[in-house]
Amino acid sequence: MNVALQQNLEKPQLTLGFIPLTDCAPLVIAQEKGIFGRYGLEVTLSKETSWANIRDKVALGILDGAQMLAPMVLGMSCGVGPVHKPMITAFSLDLNGNAITVSNALYASMHALAPLQASVPNRSAHVLKQVIDARRAADEEPLVFATVFPTATHTYELRYWMASAGIDPDRDVRLVVVPPPQMKARMESGDVDGFCVGEPWNAAAVHAGIGRTLITKYELWNNSPEKVLGVTQEWAEQYPLTHRALLMALLEAARWLDQPHHRREAAALIARSRYVHAPEEVVAMSMTGTYRYAVDEAPRALPDFNVFHRYAANFPWRSHAIWFLTQMVRWQQFKAPVDFRRIAETVYRPDLYRDAAAQLGVPAPSIDYKSEGGHATAWSSEPHITLGSDLFIDGRTFDPTDPIGYLAGFARADDSGKVVSLIRR
Amino acid sequence: MSDVKNNDGRKLRVLLIDRSSGRAAILEQALKDAGYVVAAKLTGVTNLYNEVERVEPDVIIIDLDSPDRDTLEQMREISRDRPKPVVMFAEDDDSDTIRQAVKAGVSAYVVDGLSAKRVKPLMEVAIARFREYQALREELLHAKVSLAERKVVEKAKGLLMQRRGMSEDEAYKALRKMAMDGNKRIAEVAENILAVADLLI
Repeated sequence: MNVALQQNLEKPQLTLGFIPLTDCAPLVIAQEKGIFGRYGLEVTLSKETSWANIRDKVALGILDGAQMLAPMVLGMSCGVGPVHKPMITAFSLDLNGNAITVSNALYASMHALAPLQASVPNRSAHVLKQVIDARRAADEEPLVFATVFPTATHTYELRYWMASAGIDPDRDVRLVVVPPPQMKARMESGDVDGFCVGEPWNAAAVHAGIGRTLITKYELWNNSPEKVLGVTQEWAEQYPLTHRALLMALLEAARWLDQPHHRREAAALIARSRYVHAPEEVVAMSMTGTYRYAVDEAPRALPDFNVFHRYAANFPWRSHAIWFLTQMVRWQQFKAPVDFRRIAETVYRPDLYRDAAAQLGVPAPSIDYKSEGGHATAWSSEPHITLGSDLFIDGRTFDPTDPIGYLAGFARADDSGKVVSLIRR
Repeated sequence: MSDVKNNDGRKLRVLLIDRSSGRAAILEQALKDAGYVVAAKLTGVTNLYNEVERVEPDVIIIDLDSPDRDTLEQMREISRDRPKPVVMFAEDDDSDTIRQAVKAGVSAYVVDGLSAKRVKPLMEVAIARFREYQALREELLHAKVSLAERKVVEKAKGLLMQRRGMSEDEAYKALRKMAMDGNKRIAEVAENILAVADLLI
């Protein structure tokens, strides 16, 4: 980093928010490895207890930026949720990283109905459907499933997984929100039967013998987008050089993180009490390329459970923004019509990413949109750019130029008209 | 006092969620004095859905350190179980109130449809109490720091008296001069002296 660039930073002292989850790692590594400092930044990392706090503090300027839920950044910009503020993201922090875990009792019911399929990730939702049907026939209470926020990736993942097997998440189960560090305890007390959450909180429930993971986010949609660095549009316009320095530092941290021999050290750093505050071996499970679905099973190899840099993971694909918007429409979170392309172009800023990557000599994709669902293995979109597999659990494909067609494929008979009327052509 | 009553003419029922039980007690009293009903006070981890169902509050006051905020956020989604959604207070761009509240460390959720005019005075009571509590805590912290600083200065004075044969007054004046010359606080100079003395021993 050249000195002149450092001296020009408009705001060298920053406070960035994070939530105790494995994917705060790029922020923690940039801090602990002195990378922020090398780019002229003096950063305070502020541990926050809720996504709502992150949202409010970023919107009010109490935080300069934060680890944020990708759909939250979109929601704030287009009127979904209570706080409206134009936001941008120029950096995706990671891919994958979540899983769906159910209680031992629920897994036992699944196993009783379908012993050969219950533990097969891409059959698990179908087995759950059988359990739900059986419970309904016996007039039992609906099962309770938890996610972490209304506009969270986890919410759309859990709903997608359920709907792929014909479960209606609004009618067939009860959806609640539980803070990630409380998931394990709430499953143990019987308040929730299942949840979709980021690591290390699935591993924590499995490790304690309280629940069993059915499917990981990777298996639900290979290499799907997860958290982002979110800042307000106002902030980005006011401090462009600071923003670029921040992106460069995070890019370097993400690159460091994705070298397999650094993962042990990374797990030890983020497990500390001031960050994730969880046992190191629990954090290390998913971070080191393996994943344990049940306490009595050996860990399975899952090298892409946490992807921090490879497959152009840090690139803010506008097509990913459009995918999240389709899910917000699908589950009726919009009250007014929305212009997908305009929102994706305003909120997702690949141009700023490319600028930062060019400073570091990191190759960046030259396109802003890509289709999903057509690649079973890693592929090259152009020279020097390797992208990961991108299959969905139900074999669908997503064409970002036709969100209406994509949505029509999901529509429930009774509300397809409503859904389509919400999208502006 | 029509302000404290809800649309049915009944006094507004408040659910308090605060991890600091001391602060919750102070706020509870203040709200009661202002004519509100504090229907329940939660200071630990609970199943918030059950509590909201049981208490049926009109207003929920919650401290920002509580992770339960995200659970409340979800209650704004209309669901089969909850015909009257819970929404964040000042949702309609009253960013000044939100700013003041967040800075004081408090947030509020209300039953959808309750007019902001009725909730605002309640919110003001909460913000004021949270601010007072914050100030009190800072004062306490400050007092602790000054006590610690005084101890360091005493120790440095003792060292100067012992090693340099100074009187107490001379030792203090020497410290003060070093502080003024170096544009530092006396406690900082005292700390440096003690550190250097440690090195020399």
